[in-house]
Amino acid sequence: MPGLEDLYREIILDHYRNPRNRGELSAPPATRVEGFNPLCGDEIVLFLDVEGGVVRDIRIGGQGCSISQSSASMMSSAVKGKTLDEVRALSRAFKGMMSIHEQALDGDGDGVSDDGADPGDGAGGEDVKLGDLEALRGVVKFPVRIKCATLSWNTLLQGLEQQPA
Amino acid sequence: MTQTTPGDPLDVERLKKDFPILERVVRGQRLVYLDSANTSQKPRSVLDALDRYYEQSNANVHRGTYLIAEEATAALEGARAKVARFVGARSDREIVFTKNATEALNLVAKAWGRANLGPGDPVVITELEHHANIVPWHQLTDEIGIDLRWIPVGADGHLDLTDLDRLVDGARVVSFAAMSNVLGTINPVERLVRAAHDAGAIAVVDASQYVPHLPTDVGAWGADFAAFTGHKMLGPTGIGVLWGTEAILDATPPFLTGGEMILNVTKEGFTPNELPWKFEAGTPPIAEAVGLGAAVDYLAGLGMEAVRTHEVALTGYALRALTERFGDDLVIHGPSEPAERGGVLSFTYADLHPHDLTQVFDERGVCVRAGHHCAKPLMRELGVAATARASLYVYNDESDVDALGDAIAAAGDFFAP
Repeated sequence: MPGLEDLYREIILDHYRNPRNRGELSAPPATRVEGFNPLCGDEIVLFLDVEGGVVRDIRIGGQGCSISQSSASMMSSAVKGKTLDEVRALSRAFKGMMSIHEQALDGDGDGVSDDGADPGDGAGGEDVKLGDLEALRGVVKFPVRIKCATLSWNTLLQGLEQQPA
Repeated sequence: MTQTTPGDPLDVERLKKDFPILERVVRGQRLVYLDSANTSQKPRSVLDALDRYYEQSNANVHRGTYLIAEEATAALEGARAKVARFVGARSDREIVFTKNATEALNLVAKAWGRANLGPGDPVVITELEHHANIVPWHQLTDEIGIDLRWIPVGADGHLDLTDLDRLVDGARVVSFAAMSNVLGTINPVERLVRAAHDAGAIAVVDASQYVPHLPTDVGAWGADFAAFTGHKMLGPTGIGVLWGTEAILDATPPFLTGGEMILNVTKEGFTPNELPWKFEAGTPPIAEAVGLGAAVDYLAGLGMEAVRTHEVALTGYALRALTERFGDDLVIHGPSEPAERGGVLSFTYADLHPHDLTQVFDERGVCVRAGHHCAKPLMRELGVAATARASLYVYNDESDVDALGDAIAAAGDFFAP
């Protein structure tokens, strides 16, 4: 049975207590996009500054639980300075990791390996390094919290769709 | 060691044994169930009634000429009679079985509302409504252009009725919860019904949180419609009730249509059935109704006065014990006086998000809901995105409240910087 330590890894609690890239950007020129978790009422406001196909800056506002807030904080650190293609690949890899269909849910460790198995597998086989984001892997053992972890990423994808081609 | 609150007329220690699920061990701990405002647990007698129906009398109703079909029909109509008596209806014809309270409220808005409301007609609801008593009216705002008005909630958790006369002036409908599912506030039902009728409006009561917990007499309320649901009052899911006066049910066109709800169908049209079957299209939830009948028997056996006395005493204990233990770090929303509220305790603790709180609770077998409780407009008024909500019922005692206190303390320790 999964325990609290599977969910609340130390790095997650660190991002929760010290969120990175918190704040606002003036929009426009930045893109402002809102995301909601209808289950719990969590809200995220994301500001995205994309220039020359690169995420120049990103800021996060809103409120939510430790999982949604830390995931947003880690996401902002991970995508800052990346090209849009890199961001999309990262997003696919992260959402692949969060897909309960690819994970064992019985919490005894089956199918949840920490040996560097490619989480992007099945999403094009890209070799994507998730880095710190790996800490959120334990969230799949708590299915109701998956939406907390993916809220910021889904909001980010909405923001990317609004970028001029 | 006794865990029963002084003055509690219920023998909770013995009563807990009627609920098989409470014997379950989760995560190595006894199950502490504090989410009955969400859905209640079911006593053995309800589970047995479901089994007995399916094992002995399962058949479709109102059509078969054989013995078990007659038994099934008698079981369904017998359950209707029990529910009618339980809430003080004048006749069984006033009791319409629905899927849940949400469907009952949709029936009022979509069937009565569409037939009787026009552009600009004022409909008055309150800020503490469940989404089920908001969204159907939003739909009529979009479809018909009704004028949706809101009775505000004061800082004390009670409705602010200062402007009631102005709000109900010209209204066609006043629709409100008898008890808030977030704050526990018990609203002045009879006063609101009177204000509605004085203004020429119909009065609709969302009694989902009230009927399971307090003696209910819909006749004394004097309202036109009342909605409630079986699964919050020890019954199964999938069965709700719309109570209505015969006059208003007669004036309401059918909602869902098809089999069961007709007297006659020709190539030219149809004639609806008599009350209450006019509103019960298709094969009804027979077993669920039978289960609800058994739940009503169980509650009547306890006595609803005793149920209410138990909950006032236990809510008082919870408010005192938790406030003493956690002081200002714990904010419990809603009225502070147990006699003015039900056993619904919405709270926030320190700066912890309710989801994180209840995740730690779960580790200790403590079941508490976190979120907006299907009442987002109210959450906005309270200035919070979400709360944790512990809700009490007949099978809870002081040991459950103490387990909640221990769980709150554990969450505080876990997230301490």
